Amino acid sequence: MIVADRKPIQEILEMVKDYERVLILGCKGCVTVCNVGGDKEVGILASILKIARKKEGRPLEVHERTLERQCDPEYIDQVKDQVSQYDAVISMACGVGPQFLSEAYPQQRFYPAVNTTFFGGALGHGVWVERCAGCGTCLIHYFDGLCPIARCSKSLLHGPCGGSAKGKCEISKDVECIWDKIVRKKMEEGRIEDVTRIRPAKDWRTARDGGPRKSVREELVQ
Amino acid sequence: MNDLKSGSNLEKILRAGHFAFTGECGPPKGANVKHLKEKVAHLKGKVDAVNITDNQTAVVRMASWAASTILIQEGVEPNFQMVCRDRNRLAIQSDILGVYAMGIRNMLCLSGDHQSFGNHPQAKNVYDIDSMQLIALVKKMRDEGKFINDEDIDAPPRLFLGAASNPFAEPFEFRVHRLALKIASGADFIQTQCIYNMERFREFMKRVVDMGLHEKSYILAGVTPMKSVGMAQYMAKSVPGMDVPDSLINRLKGAGKGKAAEEGIKFAVEQIEEFKEMEGIAGVHLMAIEWEHMVPEIAERAGVLPRPEVS
Repeated sequence: MIVADRKPIQEILEMVKDYERVLILGCKGCVTVCNVGGDKEVGILASILKIARKKEGRPLEVHERTLERQCDPEYIDQVKDQVSQYDAVISMACGVGPQFLSEAYPQQRFYPAVNTTFFGGALGHGVWVERCAGCGTCLIHYFDGLCPIARCSKSLLHGPCGGSAKGKCEISKDVECIWDKIVRKKMEEGRIEDVTRIRPAKDWRTARDGGPRKSVREELVQ
Repeated sequence: MNDLKSGSNLEKILRAGHFAFTGECGPPKGANVKHLKEKVAHLKGKVDAVNITDNQTAVVRMASWAASTILIQEGVEPNFQMVCRDRNRLAIQSDILGVYAMGIRNMLCLSGDHQSFGNHPQAKNVYDIDSMQLIALVKKMRDEGKFINDEDIDAPPRLFLGAASNPFAEPFEFRVHRLALKIASGADFIQTQCIYNMERFREFMKRVVDMGLHEKSYILAGVTPMKSVGMAQYMAKSVPGMDVPDSLINRLKGAGKGKAAEEGIKFAVEQIEEFKEMEGIAGVHLMAIEWEHMVPEIAERAGVLPRPEVS
């Protein structure tokens, strides 16, 4: 899923400081799963903003709604009669949401309430980790399902580098060295030749480096 | 000897079977050419080539290619270091052509410390290619006369190609395989990370020799003399991939107040003496960090002077 963190309240208050009436739009997709932008979090943000503005003596009227998704025109359409009733709209979806909204309703101002961080999953309650860099050319089958592009700090294709120690990355003891894991598994299973061959330089065109990406599937295009 | 790959002094020294002795110098954190020349003057005639580091520990310094060309002006052969952290393949290849055009003949290929170590942790990291691919890229440019995209190069760069090896990073059992891959990718010579744990290094070299890697590449053992107990403790604790045994720290402590530096030099000299005899070792790479003025004394005491003249 796409993982996100809520922005600091001060930053959100600053965004809406000139407004008196706002709508907070949540999303039932990834951000609900990672507990940052679903129904519940929309309610919490609404309360915090109202209390903070009341303290300042400039009450803020806040309405709440959560869409099925904010990455699909079908659901974006559902707020077409609503968005114009507000001074501004705060989206709690990932970075896609406020953009789809802005494109659909160019006359309205949309603000992101979250920082979109990575593609990952939950290790346990409250802990999410990055697993995919979205590079567009998946290589994980060479490395037993472990991705060095997303999980090595240097995205090395021939690791581990000289900074690997005790299974940790040189950048922090909190970061595991994925190359340590990869080569240990290969050695244990007698497949060291998988990691003792030179791999060609990666073609980064399929990643962000090739410019903004688009995926078209002809069979689905009407 | 007309089949030399670069014709550098370092290559000739190694090809002639001499025990090589290389030094290292960090470019200034500024444009202080005078200071750089002073540091290099200590090394002149005492080493076969001097590594010029490339924004080491991810701290911005004068470009390694520029400092390398200043060395050439001073009559000292540089070993130009390049890291993959700061350049994509376009910049890498154009820099390689540039350094060759400026008279640089040795190059050491590295991944580079992650930028989070240094003074610009906000920087974007590049790592378009890694050190292994960099070695292969330079070899291809030199031997095939082709860029990484297979286009022909008009007058290929002829560089003596080096790589680093850290025998003390983990997993230990894999290190020799990674070294083998660097050599297979094209490394003509290897300079190792600073060695302090001699027992572990002997074990590593035994594996190197068993695999015959010393016959395919020249391996230079890395030595950095300890200046103080504090330095030893810092390296033991805070430098990733560094293996400083307690026995060495205790030895430095035991030397007594004000004598740890001398003990550190003694240890370095003992190491060099052992490396001269160690199977598979073709030389020593002395990294006397901000201690360049001590290099002549260490070289003298280690019996590696005068440096051989080769042509």
